[in-house]
Amino acid sequence: MRWNRRHLITLEELSLQEIETIHRIATVFKKSLGKHEKKLPYLVGRTIVNLFLEPSTRTRMAFEMAAKRLSADVVSFDAASSSTTKGETLRDTAENIQALNADAIVIRHAAAGSPLYLSKLLGIPVVNAGDGAHEHPTQGLLDTFTMREHLGTLKGRKVVILGDILFSRVARSNVHALLKFGANVTLVGPSTLVPRTFEHMGAKVSHDLRSALADAEVVMLLRIQHERQNSSLFPSLGEYTSMFGLNKTRASWLNPNAIIMHPGPINRGVEIDSELADGDRSVILEQVTNGIAVRMAVLFLCSGGQPAQVLGDEA
Amino acid sequence: MPSLWIANARVIDPANRRDDVSDVFVHEGKLVSSLPATARKRARKIDGTGLVACPGLVDIHVHFREPGQTHKETISTGSRAAAAGGFTTVVCMPNTSPVADNAGTIQFINDAIRRDAVIKVHPTGCITVGMKGQALAPIGSLKRAGVVAITDDGDCVQANELMRRAVEYAKMFDLPVMDHCQDHSMTQGAVMNEGEMSMRLGLRGWPNAAEDIIVARNVILSTYTGAHIHMQHISSRNSVEILRRAKSRGVNVTAEATPHHIALTDSLLGTYDTNLKMNPPLRTEEDRLEIIRGLKDGTLDCLATDHAPHTDYEKDKEFDFAPNGILGLETALPVTLQTLVGKHKFKLPYVIDLWTRKAAQIVKLPVGSLSEGAAADICLFDPDEVWRYDAKNGFSKSSNSPWHGQDLRGRVKYTIVDGRIVFENGRIV
Ligand SMILES: [Zn+2]
Repeated sequence: MRWNRRHLITLEELSLQEIETIHRIATVFKKSLGKHEKKLPYLVGRTIVNLFLEPSTRTRMAFEMAAKRLSADVVSFDAASSSTTKGETLRDTAENIQALNADAIVIRHAAAGSPLYLSKLLGIPVVNAGDGAHEHPTQGLLDTFTMREHLGTLKGRKVVILGDILFSRVARSNVHALLKFGANVTLVGPSTLVPRTFEHMGAKVSHDLRSALADAEVVMLLRIQHERQNSSLFPSLGEYTSMFGLNKTRASWLNPNAIIMHPGPINRGVEIDSELADGDRSVILEQVTNGIAVRMAVLFLCSGGQPAQVLGDEA
Repeated sequence: MPSLWIANARVIDPANRRDDVSDVFVHEGKLVSSLPATARKRARKIDGTGLVACPGLVDIHVHFREPGQTHKETISTGSRAAAAGGFTTVVCMPNTSPVADNAGTIQFINDAIRRDAVIKVHPTGCITVGMKGQALAPIGSLKRAGVVAITDDGDCVQANELMRRAVEYAKMFDLPVMDHCQDHSMTQGAVMNEGEMSMRLGLRGWPNAAEDIIVARNVILSTYTGAHIHMQHISSRNSVEILRRAKSRGVNVTAEATPHHIALTDSLLGTYDTNLKMNPPLRTEEDRLEIIRGLKDGTLDCLATDHAPHTDYEKDKEFDFAPNGILGLETALPVTLQTLVGKHKFKLPYVIDLWTRKAAQIVKLPVGSLSEGAAADICLFDPDEVWRYDAKNGFSKSSNSPWHGQDLRGRVKYTIVDGRIVFENGRIV
């Protein structure tokens, strides 16, 4: 196929075929990661700007590494010292970055919809690295990539996403991607964090951990945020852990071959016991590595690369 | 001032149950049944063929931003936008900067109205000092300075005891208390309706329940005190139901609906267009249909625009950070005609009643009819003309409208205030 998208804003808008193409290219790129000569020449001479207006170390680092492995130059825009804290608008900041001759922008922003807004303003590719509670498409891509590495096909597989779904962009992107692959997705957690409205997306919603985990082949945990502890969404971290934390007993309800995932950073002892996070069913660190390969594929394609350049005749 | 002779128009005057093709005469600023012979000769004659002549429209909910935010709108520009929309009387909200919580500010606003307004503009005052919801504003002095109602619109008095005392106190002056019904604790950070769309878009939701709770509270307080409480811009189906039951028991409450809440829903928000961001937010189709039912059965008393101008650069932001509100005055009549008459088969005189007599009644203003001897406030419009609305070329200082660039059916041709033509075929006279 030919790749026709300049931006990556959501997984909702991608077709299954597009997601599979990204995965196939990521597979090729992943093979280059362990080698001594790590750099591929696809983005030589390009400059990619990481516009991170909300703090995130791991996603920013993964995008940076991905860009560098494709031989691009990377400039990171740090939220703390940025002009946006001095009242400059997002439009002005982005137009300045474009005027500085950047070739692509990777944006992380606390406001949902801001990557879409930028993509309409700018003539250069915009890649969404997480917008508020809306989407985090590269996370959804690397998560489904990791699942496919372990399970092969995802069709008919039972995938459970457990935790703070309401405010999770990771959950939304994963639900969109998983449903396109034909997986059965169950969202679990307290009713205040997992409202029934998610059924409109095509996922199942459950507040019963036992039946949800029964025979699941993937369980993806989401970070429970400390700062919400004081709000009215749930009583306490302790209560959350006692009701919904993944421990050894609860993990025994899973399918014996199930994998345990987490987009990080992990609250050890809150959403997951340390033993399980480090155990042999955990693929948490593989997710991190796959994040580089998948982001290489996304940056390559959005910068005008074509699948055939990487995949040859199989494209 | 020359006399006016509007000939051959469809004259719709719901206050007098009039709907016929005939002539309207204006002499010395007043409506008359016929012109004296000499005046008849010199009268300015307007051919009303194919047009509707009705009382000048009345909007009891506009934001003119003066004093303090005159980069968005002024009494001058706002009143011109109103005239272009067929309005001859509007009531402006007190959430200016500073807020209108004292007689001095009302005096300032009244001076600006006298100096700059091309139509009749009436101010409102705040319920609480600084609109902070903590202490009663000097409501008696505000009344003496000329306000027609009090409201903390844009905000909502949260403390029930304070609201109870406010309505009790205002009742002494026969002043309606208008309320923007919103429970703050349930709408922290909310930028759109809570529901399927907010879930999909990852935006914070504003649940209907936060409106319903305050509407119910106000019904209870009105029942208890007998005071008149008017609910602004009703957006939720349950609120309509609560009001319907209250009215059937004779509780002294009234309510308004906006053109945007009857024409649009939150399903349009997929592009994060900030010209669809308002408070209360656009709701679902079920809410929209119930509001229309409420207008039909009289549960909702009138229409009002909540005209809320913001500059392009203020709206040109991430959805979370853009201000709430849209323009309404220049599109109000066509949008309501299209929605209510066109799609929902309301009778035209009924819709005009919602914009004239019934609106005026809420704030007890002696306008909204074509009665003989009344001030000659008239709107003449072509109900069938299709035109493209260009918000950037409108009369408002701002252009934040979801109808920008769209074709609308129904166009105001003349607006007449006290017998003087102030708007004629696209121009302020
Ligand atoms: Zn309001």
